[in-house]
Amino acid sequence: MLDASPHSFDRLPAAPGVGYKPQHFQDIRNDPGPVTWLEIHAENFMGDGGRPLAQLRALAERFPISVHGVGLSIGGEHPLDPDHLDRLARLVGWLNPASFSEHLAWSTHDMGFLNDLLPLPYTERTMFRVAEHIDQVQNTLGRRMLLENPSTYLAFDESDMSEIEFLSEITRRTGCGLLLDVNNVFVSATNQKTDPISYLNDFPLAAVGEIHLGGHDEDTDEHGAPLLIDSHGNPVVDPVWELYRHTIVKGGAKPTLIEWDNDVPDWPELAAEAARAQAILDEMVA
Amino acid sequence: MSNTTKTIAVAGAVAAALAASMTVPANAQEKEKCFGVSLAGQNDCAAGPGTTCAGTSTVDYQGNAWTLVDAGTCAEIELPDGRMGSLEELDRDLPS
Amino acid sequence: MTVSQDSFVEALLTPDQPVPHGLSDPEGRAAGKRFDVYRNNVAVSLTDALETAFPVIAKLLGEVNFRNIAGLYVRQHPPQSPLMMFYGAGMPAFLSDFPPVAHLGYLPDIARLELALRESYHAADATPIDPAELQALPPDRLMTSRVTLAPAIRLIRSSWPIHAIWRFNIEDGAPKPAMAAEDVLIVRAEYDPEPLLLPAGGGPFLAALAEGLTFAESFDAGLSTAPEFDLAATLGLLLTHGAITKLEESP
Repeated sequence: MLDASPHSFDRLPAAPGVGYKPQHFQDIRNDPGPVTWLEIHAENFMGDGGRPLAQLRALAERFPISVHGVGLSIGGEHPLDPDHLDRLARLVGWLNPASFSEHLAWSTHDMGFLNDLLPLPYTERTMFRVAEHIDQVQNTLGRRMLLENPSTYLAFDESDMSEIEFLSEITRRTGCGLLLDVNNVFVSATNQKTDPISYLNDFPLAAVGEIHLGGHDEDTDEHGAPLLIDSHGNPVVDPVWELYRHTIVKGGAKPTLIEWDNDVPDWPELAAEAARAQAILDEMVA
Repeated sequence: MSNTTKTIAVAGAVAAALAASMTVPANAQEKEKCFGVSLAGQNDCAAGPGTTCAGTSTVDYQGNAWTLVDAGTCAEIELPDGRMGSLEELDRDLPS
Repeated sequence: MTVSQDSFVEALLTPDQPVPHGLSDPEGRAAGKRFDVYRNNVAVSLTDALETAFPVIAKLLGEVNFRNIAGLYVRQHPPQSPLMMFYGAGMPAFLSDFPPVAHLGYLPDIARLELALRESYHAADATPIDPAELQALPPDRLMTSRVTLAPAIRLIRSSWPIHAIWRFNIEDGAPKPAMAAEDVLIVRAEYDPEPLLLPAGGGPFLAALAEGLTFAESFDAGLSTAPEFDLAATLGLLLTHGAITKLEESP
């Protein structure tokens, strides 16, 4: 992995991208359609070689790449795992991607890595800790990162800040940007019985460097209240497209990713979702 | 085998192995690297699991339970070491 | 009421434990099923990961039994790093100690084979030597030389017919396994690891080469285990699949 980076794009275009899945490799090379950039999960490209890195090398020659971390556990109570941060620094240092982003969540604990994005309370204490971790990441990588708003299923009684206040304060302290996941906004607002439009109106859109769109599953809790699950296994629903339009009207065109991680469809269906995002971006220009 | 005999045997083996390897048209420079689709098929099992940033609505979070249900292909395999290849019920509590 | 990540994790991995106090729904009621979403995400994603990681073990045990066992495994051995592609290193030992399958003596070795296939897949790329290099060296100098094997090479030695069992579960119409001790060499000519059955003596020969012993010493290791050890065939496998990346004469 010590060869020169094949990647020479310094930013993501304000256009549709998709989360990269290896089964789409040939399709993307043959006819990417409306897809102009790709996002990879950092952890899946931290092996020493083989097909994953060969594919990444080939794709990076043609497409701006966004590296999206899933395992850094920025919201963890414990210090960041130095080994993992090293691995990330090696990947990002080699590839020099157009963007790096991670989640406002935690996944690592003394006993191991839990492979889920777990929630944290919004308090001054947790805000200081997250800001410290982001400073460390940005210093180690030598670049600005984007932090993604989570899908949440419950609330912490101890929270005394709103998610918006929390994220705004983090960007102010660390200079990081934000990744606005519009599906997460819809999922959390439904689950927390809040208004997604007022969330978006309050969101510091100027700090947003990327938007995520994805599908979710519908369930109910034991009291019959709606409980949406951020499963990335379906098309984006209409209300989320509407929130996306609202976001673009208010904040301008942004790089927009379609995320599809479970029951991944064939390329044409994924490309069609990207085309739908492109159509909304086009409306703004017209 | 004396050392000389071995050396001769090895020389012969190298020549034979070399001849065998020549007959395979596996010249990496000449063909496009097949970093696309896995030879084993689209699933590319050898890659193993990846990370996810998605949740699931499949409900499955049982704790320390072991219930014997269906049988896999192990039941078709008969190898020594006594018992047939089937799984066994567990008649005591599992350690937590 | 502060909910520590310690107490969150403890409740997460123990479904019969109550949800920590201080987690609520929008009406201020205890979180209940909302907490179960996280329990579920962790258990299902890790169980899915193991099913992807050990397709042959899953077939041998049957899917439901496998997911049952995996559910126990993920609680006792959660991943120790976020690199999910290497998850499951403790599976061979876990299977040999789990009473309902402990009598299936071959399972741990099949799990080792499946782990090794994944390691091979993600191993560093390397340029193999030109086979002519081997012949260019006079035989007596070859005998005292050592080789370096490609990073993607793995050797799995077993007293069970692991290659036959693996094929029986992966290839349509592969023959039923018969009892034999089998040593498997995993090669990766381009990007697809392939498990090859080694001829008798091939396992000790390769183990010796991998340890850095000379060609002569490795040849002896093969011969002493199997007088019929076929060096030409074994070497042919190595050269055909680009398994040797360096040939070094002893100083």
